[in-house]
Amino acid sequence: MANIGTFDEIRGNDGGDAARPEFGALGRWITDTPPAELDRRQKAAEAAFRQLGITFAVYGEEESSERIIPFDIVPRVFTAPEWDRLSEGLVQRVQAINAFLSDVYGERRIIADGIVPPELVLNNPQFLPTLAGTQPPHGIFAHICGIDLVRTGPDEFYVLEDNARTPSGVSYMLENREAMLRLCPELFEMFAVRPVDTYPDLLHETLRSVAPRGSGNSPVCVVLTPGHFNSAFYEHSFLADSMGVELVEAADLHVDDDVVWMRTIEGPVRVDVIYRRIDDEYIDPLVFNPDSVLGVPGLIAAYMAGNVTLVNAPGTGVADDKAIYSYMPEIVKYYSGGEAKLPNVETYRCREPQALRYTLDNLEKLVVKLVDGSGGYGMLVGPTASKAEIETFRAALIAQPHRYIAQPTLALSTVPTLTESGVAPRHVDFRPFILSGANGVQIVPGGLTRVALREGSLVVNSSQGGGTKDSMILAGPARQSMGSGGMSQSMGGMSQSMGGGMSQSMGGMNQSLGGTSQSLGGTTRGIA
Amino acid sequence: MRLFIDHRTDYRFSEPQARIVQLLRLTPTSNEGQNIIDWRIDVDCNARLRRARDGFGNETHMLYIDGPIDRVTLSVTGEVLTDDRAGMLSGAVEPLPPMLYLQTTPATRPGAALDDFAEQVKAAGGSALSRAHRLNEALADRMTFDPGRHAGARDAASTFAEGHGACQDLAQVLVAAARAMGLPARYISGHRFSDVEGSKVQEATHAWAEVHVEDYGWIGFDPSTGRCPDDRYVRVAAALDFRGAAPLSGTRTGGGFEELEVGVRVGTSQAVVQ
Repeated sequence: MANIGTFDEIRGNDGGDAARPEFGALGRWITDTPPAELDRRQKAAEAAFRQLGITFAVYGEEESSERIIPFDIVPRVFTAPEWDRLSEGLVQRVQAINAFLSDVYGERRIIADGIVPPELVLNNPQFLPTLAGTQPPHGIFAHICGIDLVRTGPDEFYVLEDNARTPSGVSYMLENREAMLRLCPELFEMFAVRPVDTYPDLLHETLRSVAPRGSGNSPVCVVLTPGHFNSAFYEHSFLADSMGVELVEAADLHVDDDVVWMRTIEGPVRVDVIYRRIDDEYIDPLVFNPDSVLGVPGLIAAYMAGNVTLVNAPGTGVADDKAIYSYMPEIVKYYSGGEAKLPNVETYRCREPQALRYTLDNLEKLVVKLVDGSGGYGMLVGPTASKAEIETFRAALIAQPHRYIAQPTLALSTVPTLTESGVAPRHVDFRPFILSGANGVQIVPGGLTRVALREGSLVVNSSQGGGTKDSMILAGPARQSMGSGGMSQSMGGMSQSMGGGMSQSMGGMNQSLGGTSQSLGGTTRGIA
Repeated sequence: MRLFIDHRTDYRFSEPQARIVQLLRLTPTSNEGQNIIDWRIDVDCNARLRRARDGFGNETHMLYIDGPIDRVTLSVTGEVLTDDRAGMLSGAVEPLPPMLYLQTTPATRPGAALDDFAEQVKAAGGSALSRAHRLNEALADRMTFDPGRHAGARDAASTFAEGHGACQDLAQVLVAAARAMGLPARYISGHRFSDVEGSKVQEATHAWAEVHVEDYGWIGFDPSTGRCPDDRYVRVAAALDFRGAAPLSGTRTGGGFEELEVGVRVGTSQAVVQ
């Protein structure tokens, strides 16, 4: 059971079985549906995922141990006003991220104005100096952002991490919804759930909108994948397929005269927009890692010449870096002129003497992170650390304070989740996907909810016992009076389908979605 | 000094190649110490060259060649009027602030031994300028310059441990050590006229380093000689390390292996590499 003070998103703060008034129908659904029935549906969903091939390999285990990411049948629900507030904050944040990137690869005003210390940008390994002075077509760098959020109360959302490189996980948003529509149709009669299946269309629209000027009315967009051994290959092929664009590997592309061409049976076709799911480091062996066979020689030249749009642009990592993260409230304010609507988790920059002193005095209460570390390396979770670990960190902090940040441990919200002992609260986080195109910022009402399946655990990584849930955004107030049957006709306009060839086209594809600690961007969460 | 440069690169492939794509950093830009009178790049086959400028301010060309092709010769010829400015650089294209050049790269990670060495040089005191000079001299003393060695493959820590290297390797060592001392430093590729060897053909281009010293700006240091560049030097490209400033980065589509031959002649009169 949740600790006292933990906010349960469905049942509220009191820890009882009664749902928040707006989710009364869902609360009754949870208590009225026998756990065995919930379990049956959950197993059916997982069987479908296995058949689709949405599996991942756990590193260090036998090849045969491909797993699916566990799916939880109890959905997470956001009310319309909650989502509206969240969306405003996300739009503001992503606009600021793009303004920041345009600035640091341009005039660097934010440095000149003293808002961000220069070394955090200029000496950041994610900053690509060879691209300084290059602006992408339409000035947008981070076309697709996955902003990781945590929640501690009804209106308390915090940004945990900005993923502005190549965030993955959107295929789970879509597949989870499809499973819920099939297995729990009654929930969609109870609630006016906004559809997510418009995502591929919106993504395609976004890609087309940022094509280089002069590429005409029907720019050619492709999805560039490292190949079928990549952990997120399922998602790459799924997105290409549902957008109706080619899925290509490096060998399918070449650059000539600073223009990108795709090999086809009808001859070379000029490519205008590349949604690339290859990291910067591997994208062009002439400029970055020379040993990369995943990249396309000349791609950076084509990009710098303005002849192709790379989605996301290379070098966006400087905006979602941990060192920059702590400055995001100031960055948002600098570019938007207003306070950040979505706050950061409070962050103490140990480079600042006062923050260092506070951190050293409160190590047992704080999470301390290495700014240039990732994947949970170099992290201290004070409340669960041993005395010896704390002392080791204390010494490291005193020796090199500028390398660390500290954050309070948060009481993450929970959502009722099916467990071996019935439905019980489990901690969750949330990753909505924000699209920035030439025509503005759009957010599909939904996202990826990750849930820590172990009781009390805050680790949502799929490699460490994390699962996913459907995230339902309501179109309006729930219909409290609605019984579990009937009234389905009132939902006419809301009916959902996972349109267009999505499921059938994926048949027989049994690729690994491997290493999801990486593909879902999951660093071990140290927030408690 | 009036310098004539002839830099030729021959590629021979054991099998015909379907495509060649190269990034060239072969073209110098003028600054107060060097005036580019004439410069050209010639390719002995049907090819497309696209000119651009990278974030460091280097002039670049992309070279695109369609196959099938089994040999290519790239010829760079130029004439430059140089001045001896005791290594001081001014009037160069500087799109990035000096602080950028404190950034360590995998090739310029100093390692513990070079870190200690840098620490000793720093501990001896003096102004930043004198420390930079001392570093250059100390490295030239300690390291053996192997002109014939194949360059660019080793990182600063390994070169320092081995105690010898090509000019490219030594330049990376100096860059790594200067950064460890808190001085912005960058890798420079270019050409050098050797009055000892005269106009003899050399097997590689030259490389050295620049260190940024407060109140003076960028100053060149050549750890192969222990001195500062003078009017015998032509500065071509600058970056964080060898890879960012390499004269040629190439890829080819096709099987087999390649043979590469480089001939560089820097002279005070016009002549052609044979």
